[in-house]
This record gives sequence, structure tokens and C-alpha cells, in this order.
Amino acid sequence: MGNEAFRLDHQVIQEWVTPGSTVLDLGCGNGDLLYVLIKKNGARGHGLEISEQEIYKCVAKGLNILHGDIEKGLSDYRDGSFDYVILNQSLQQIRSVDVIIKDALRVGKKVIVGFPNFGYYQSRVQIFFGGKTPVNEALPYQWYETPNLHFFSIADFIDYCRSQNILIERQAFLGEEKQIHLFPNVFAQTGLFLISSKNI
Amino acid sequence: MTTAPGVVVTGALGIVHTKLLTISSLRLENGETLHNVAIAYETYGQLDARKANAILVLHALTGDAHAAGYHEGDKNPGWWDTMIGPGKAFDTDKYFVISSNVLGGCKGSTGPSSCDPGTGKRYALDFPQISIGDMVEAQRRLIDHFGIERLLSVVGGSMGGMQVLSWMVKYPDKVRSAIPIATTAKHSPQQIAFNEAGRQAIMADPDWSSGNYYEGTHPDKGLSVARMIGHITYMSDVSMAAKFGRQKKENSARSRFTADFEVEGYLRHRGDSFVRRFDANTYLYITKAMDLFDGFDGKPIQEAFANVTAKVLVIAFKSDWLYPAYQSQEIVRACKSAGVGTSYCEVNSTYGHDAFLLEIDEQTHLIEHFLKKVFFEYEVTGGYGK
Repeated sequence: MGNEAFRLDHQVIQEWVTPGSTVLDLGCGNGDLLYVLIKKNGARGHGLEISEQEIYKCVAKGLNILHGDIEKGLSDYRDGSFDYVILNQSLQQIRSVDVIIKDALRVGKKVIVGFPNFGYYQSRVQIFFGGKTPVNEALPYQWYETPNLHFFSIADFIDYCRSQNILIERQAFLGEEKQIHLFPNVFAQTGLFLISSKNI
Repeated sequence: MTTAPGVVVTGALGIVHTKLLTISSLRLENGETLHNVAIAYETYGQLDARKANAILVLHALTGDAHAAGYHEGDKNPGWWDTMIGPGKAFDTDKYFVISSNVLGGCKGSTGPSSCDPGTGKRYALDFPQISIGDMVEAQRRLIDHFGIERLLSVVGGSMGGMQVLSWMVKYPDKVRSAIPIATTAKHSPQQIAFNEAGRQAIMADPDWSSGNYYEGTHPDKGLSVARMIGHITYMSDVSMAAKFGRQKKENSARSRFTADFEVEGYLRHRGDSFVRRFDANTYLYITKAMDLFDGFDGKPIQEAFANVTAKVLVIAFKSDWLYPAYQSQEIVRACKSAGVGTSYCEVNSTYGHDAFLLEIDEQTHLIEHFLKKVFFEYEVTGGYGK
């Protein structure tokens, strides 16, 4: 169980999460990340997932998993009730990104965000030379079937945090197999951020 | 869903028998005491040496102890045979499954149609108003009878789910896991209204005779109308359209207001067959117990499940308008507030409330793995944040 394909983003998040923490994984998919955090980091917590098929997989892993829609909000959760709220590869599929990030920052002491980087050079090349919506490892869907509602880059997200007074505590930029340190907004497929509210 | 007679099904339980446990006295929540209480039950599988593999299955309004396998000579198996048996969701090769008829029932357990040991006559309306909690109390005696300290799981749909919630609250240290399905912590006005219409149908039947019909004609008309109302609420618009459409019945003899449509014929048939197996007074008592049930015990939702230690799996069905998903979500909210390890799934189904008896693959998926995790204590989680 949990012996799925290696996920660099999961490994980085695992390094970030303090052992023994409480986590809420919003859009946890098949529960692989949550499983790893619980098994290896001794974390406690649960996931929220919209897909029935993914729920089955989470239950089979013994996870606490709630069937629900992130868009409906987190009003059930009290302020600061989790050490970490995780939005890994789910943010770009949410309509009201700003509202959910703010709500996640209210419910979690810290928030971990991971998303496909629209600034990835292959995307740039495909748009610039091909004149077509990019399809690559970071954005594997055709324009007519993508679940993604928002296309934003690492630079966009950093700007957003600055403008909203959100503190970026840690960041990591991922290629296929390794972290990218040079020009991440060009060469990274994935941006990972550990953020918190500045006013706390 | 049902198996043709004569067909040998591999992995089936075969012939099963209903047994009786007699409890000398049972104190009810309203302060009254019942004497010589009979509880009808069936068991499937073997209780292991540690008595750690017992699962209590709790039936809905018109169910009974016969949850799985076949009774001698019967064409149809028990009401949840698709879920209980070797290799099924409640795998009887691994688990010991117990199912009992509720207190107040009419299928072997003591209810209004039973003889009052004090008078030697049928109780009828002298039967006390039992509660969901009283049903659970009787089940607890049954568990004691087997010497089971802690149940691996309590599970049930609809009214069975109410009993699950009652178990969680009354005996938090006796349940390792709980699976309330298509249920609610309290009936909404709409649910009470449908039950009341059913009760009024029974009581409006002159044969009901204030409940004293046991020596004469039974209030079959009233009870069958109550059942028809029930059946309508158990289905969905979509499932009725799929099952009947506007298909006309082929009638040879026609008179005014015969059943023109298939759906009318179906409801009449279900009503007629129901009265042969069910007692009208039991219908009154049990629907009342459901209406009066409060799974949160009058407490605010945050405190309701404060002592619950079980791992919980809540299941609802999308087209169930009688027990809508929001009611299951309220149970989940109460669990979450109490820091109870909870999973929730709203299964996509068009069957309406009946889905808990029909959506077998989906429920099997969820329950089989959930139970395995609890049973082998592979649990990886430790509940919620705070």
C-alpha cells in the first residue's frame, strides 16, 4: 500500500511537515500523500475529496476521508484547527482560488500549496511558436477536457502572496525528477509553497 | 438481485435458522419494565476465540432477524443476503455476524402482538412506547449472551442506522467501528409527516379497533396503504420511471379505478403482500420510535458524540430524498466535532432510499476495506485535528 510511483512533490511536502502534526488534505485524490504523512510523519488528520472512485481508494488505505466539494467552503472547520492545510494539485481546479486560500489560512496554521507552473518553458514554447494551448508533463490535458480552471505561474503566485500579505515560509520548484534552482519560473513544472498569514 | 430457486450459489450461507433469546426483564427508557422479553436472532459465521470478530447488523423499519441465507423452503434469501456471506462485504469466513429482530417487532421478538405475561392476553396498545434506545438495550443483552465485550462493528441502514448512532452514544466502549447508512440523527418534519400519514391510514381502518384486532379481522386495508406510502418514499422519480414508466396494466375485468398503470399494480401488490407478514400495531409503535429518536440526545452537535471512540463510516445516497445526504453530513459534522475518525461517502445512485438494499458493489467496496482495516488494526489515522 502506498507503494505508488515516486512523487517528488510528496517527498518535499513530507520534509516540510513537522512530525506529529495535524493535517487537512483538500482534494487528496487517492490519498497517497495523506497516507505517507500519517505513516512516516506520524501526522493525524483527514482528507476531503470530490470523486467517489478516489474515496474508495482512500477508504482502502484506512484513511479518514470525507466526500465533499472544496468549493462549498471550510465553514465546518474552526480557526487554526489544523497545523497544515494542504492544497496539492487542487488549487488550479477551484473556481474561487482567493477565497479558498484565505479560508485555508484561517483553518490551518500553515498552508501548503502545489500547482502546475504555467511559466514552464515548454508551455511558453507551445504557445509562442505553436500558437496552441500547452500540453506537457505539467499540464497533461487538452484544452477541451482539462479540469483546470486557472493557469498561473510560479511568478504569479509569488506576486499574489505579496499583494495579499501572505508570508511565503518555504518554497520548492520541481522538475520531473529533481528540484530546479535556476530560473524556476522557466524550468520548473511544479511550484510548491509553504505559506502562512503574516498577521499571526 | 434475487437468486432463482434451485440454483446453487457458491459462497452462499445455505439454510439458516432463527433462534430466540429470552430476557427475564428489560427496563425501558420511559421507566416501564417488560418481562419475559423474547428477542429473535440469527447468526452467520463463527465467533473467534477472542470474541473480537462480531458484527451486529441492524434492520430497518420492516426488516427482521433473517438478514442472510435461506429459510427452509423459501425462494428468497434474507434482506441483506447480497452483503452477508462468505467472501461478501460482511465476510462470514472472517466475521461473526449477528442480526436480531427489534424490540417491538413482529417477527419473533416481543412486540404489541405478543402475549403479556401479566394478563395472558396480547399487549395490543398496552404495549409500552419503546424507543430506539430500548431496541439497542435488548441487543446489548444479546451481545452479553454471547459474552462479547466489544463489537467489531455495528451497521445498519435507515432505522438500522439510528440504532447504530444509539449504540455509539450509549455504549461507546463496546463498539470498535460503526457504519450508519442512509440515516439521520433525527427525523425532519417531512419524515415524521410520512410516518404520520401511514399511522393514520392504519388507525382509519375500522378493523383496527383501537389495536384490539388480534381475535378478528386485521386492519389490512390501512396497513397496506401505509406500506404503499412507505414504498413511494423509498424510491426516486428516476427509479420509478425506469421501473414502471407509464406502462399500462393488462386488465381483463375492468371497473372504475382499477389499477391502470404498472406502478399502481406494484404498490397494491406490495401493500397486499406486506399485510401477510407484518403487524399493524408494530408499524405504529416502531414508526413512532423513529420519529421520537434523537441521536444527539438533545445535546448541541459539538457535544453529541463526545464519548464516541469508534471509527465511523457514514454512507448516504444521492437520490435518497427521504433521508437526504445533508442528514448524513450532520452526523459527520458531529463526529468531526468530537474528533472521531470518520469517513463519509455519498454514493451516486438513482434508487432513492432503497439504495442501501440495492447498491451492493459500491457498499461492498467501502465496507469490505473499512472493516478489514478496523479488524486488523491497520488503522493509520488518529482522528481529526481538534
